[in-house]
Amino acid sequence: MQWRHKDLLDVSQLSREEVDFLFETANYFQEINSRPVKKVPTLKGRSVVLFFAEPSTRTKTSFDVAGKRLSADTFSLSKSGSSLTKGETLKDTALTLQAMAPDAIVIRHCYSGSAQFLAERLNCSVINAGDGRHAHPTQALLDGFTLWQEWGEFSGKTLLILGDISHSRVARSNVILLNMLGVKVRLCGPRTLLPPSLAGWPVEVYSELREAVRGVDAVMCLRLQLERQQAGLLPDLREYAATYCLSEKHMTLAAEGAKVLHPGPMNRGVEIASSLADTNESLVLDQVASGVAMRMALLFLYMTRKEGK
Amino acid sequence: MSTCDLVILGADYDGQLVDLFVGDGEIIELVPAGKNTPPQGAETLDAKGHLLLPSLTDVHTHLREPGFEYKEDIESGLAAAAKGGFGNIMCMANTTPVNDNATVTELMLEKAHMAHPFGPRLFPVGALTKGLKAEELAPMAELSRTGCVAVSNDGLPVLSTELFRRAMEYASDWGLTVIDHCEDPFMGAAAGMNEGRTSSLLGIPAQPDVAEAIQVARDILLAEYLDLPIHLAHISCKKSVDVIRFAKERGVKVTAETCPHYLTLTEKAVVGYDTNAKVNPPLRTEEDVTAMLEALDTGVIDMLATDHAPHAAHEKEVEFDLAPCGISGLDTALSVTWELVTAGKMSRATFLRAWTVAPCTTFDLPLNTFAKGDPADFFLFDPEEAWVVGPDTMQSRGKNTPLTGRTLSGRVTAHFLAGEKIV
Repeated sequence: MQWRHKDLLDVSQLSREEVDFLFETANYFQEINSRPVKKVPTLKGRSVVLFFAEPSTRTKTSFDVAGKRLSADTFSLSKSGSSLTKGETLKDTALTLQAMAPDAIVIRHCYSGSAQFLAERLNCSVINAGDGRHAHPTQALLDGFTLWQEWGEFSGKTLLILGDISHSRVARSNVILLNMLGVKVRLCGPRTLLPPSLAGWPVEVYSELREAVRGVDAVMCLRLQLERQQAGLLPDLREYAATYCLSEKHMTLAAEGAKVLHPGPMNRGVEIASSLADTNESLVLDQVASGVAMRMALLFLYMTRKEGK
Repeated sequence: MSTCDLVILGADYDGQLVDLFVGDGEIIELVPAGKNTPPQGAETLDAKGHLLLPSLTDVHTHLREPGFEYKEDIESGLAAAAKGGFGNIMCMANTTPVNDNATVTELMLEKAHMAHPFGPRLFPVGALTKGLKAEELAPMAELSRTGCVAVSNDGLPVLSTELFRRAMEYASDWGLTVIDHCEDPFMGAAAGMNEGRTSSLLGIPAQPDVAEAIQVARDILLAEYLDLPIHLAHISCKKSVDVIRFAKERGVKVTAETCPHYLTLTEKAVVGYDTNAKVNPPLRTEEDVTAMLEALDTGVIDMLATDHAPHAAHEKEVEFDLAPCGISGLDTALSVTWELVTAGKMSRATFLRAWTVAPCTTFDLPLNTFAKGDPADFFLFDPEEAWVVGPDTMQSRGKNTPLTGRTLSGRVTAHFLAGEKIV
């Protein structure tokens, strides 16, 4: 398949065929990750800037590893070490980066739309590694890839996304992707942490976790940001955990062999029971491994693309 | 009896060809074309193919001077007003320093007079509270004596209902109407995005329509209790309209304005994170647009205003969350609303009421109804002339409009104020 996209802003840009192709490509790269020497010369001489204007360990490391395994040169730029803290605008940071002529920029930023903002101004590929509450397409793709490896196929499957949907870019991108793949999506969380309007979202909404989890093939727990309590959206973590913390008990209501996902980093005992996170049902570490393979696939396809007319 | 010194020949006035006779800055008479012969020595202007309309009044603008001249100044703002068909301009007090004293008001009036001696006329709106801080009352007697025609805390709503009530009472002593920007300061304040379907998809903080309607209800209950007038700025949604209609049926002295963008654009304009569509109150839904048009037609909403809010290009070229709210409106308002008339979505009578009669009677400003003795404030308008909205076609220093690149029809080709040509 000839890759034609310059930027990855959200999964909504991709067709089903392209997503399938990404899974196959990631699967191929996954094999490289099991070799004793985990490095191929595919992107030798190309450079990727990892521009993380918001704290991130796992996503940034994942992209860094993915780039290096393909022999690309990766350069990190974080907010604390950048001119952003000196009052430079995103536009000027973008143009400065552009002048250094990288082949791709991976951006993580706290404001929705910032990846698109960069993409509109740069000639190189822009990969969105999370923009505000808006989208986190590489996370959704690695989640989809993890499930693809686990399930083989998607039709007839049901997945529950549990927790703070409103502030979650992971949830937004996953709803779009899983719906495209034919997975039925359920959402569960307190009303204060659901988006104000779910009109047009292809989801079923539950407020009761025991109902929501009944018969599902997988549960994706979302990280609860501790500042939601201060914002008046929750009474406290104790009450939240007592109501929405996913435990083995809940999983007995799910379908046989149902799996648990978490984009990390986990708050054990808040959104996911610590013991559940360590069971065989948990795909959390598979997600990390899939993440490197998926990001290798993405860097490869976007950096060697042939843009159409 | 005025001596005729200007005659406009063959203009189209509500479908009739007319000649307009003007003398000493006043209307002498408007007659069917060719009925009277222009007197010797009077200047004549052939207006064939042009509509004759009275100058519009804008009760809500931000001209940014003093303090933010890089966004706009009184000279450029009034130039945009003149070309945009406006003869009377009211400007808000959120300048630096704030217009909460005679010195700032005098400076504004002086700047306007120096830059545009024949108008558009500037009518400053004074601050309701000192420094717009919503802590102490502004010296409204001083502001009134210097030339302020109303008072407002526009953009910075007064949270304390007690202070707001005292401000309304005190303002009434000086014949000043209070203009209120209705917004609950705790519900998605100044988000510039409507809470709903689009904000949920884009993942941006947003303000629900009830944040406006709740304050509208408070103001109306206060106005009824105190038996004092209140003017509600830039109403954007159906819920507010419902509350205002209820109030008017009860005889509350409430007047309200809305803006061209709430009649023509929805929250979908923000898709793609267009910061030029970020405005406070935010663009709402299709249902709200329909309700606003109907409310304007039935008079529940009395008048139109631009809420002209110019910003520098670099201020808007940032992440959506960081961009300031506001749309530059003086250049486009006339074309946008006349297009509604042409499309049959607004009657000509409503257009004239909303842009001339209602604002002028509410704030006691010069009004031309083409009756004998009225100020000769009018413009000639070519409804067919197409123009593309953009930096080169706008007079305002603020080029921030979601209409950028859009072709609008209709332009002012000549504009007279008190008989003096200003365009």
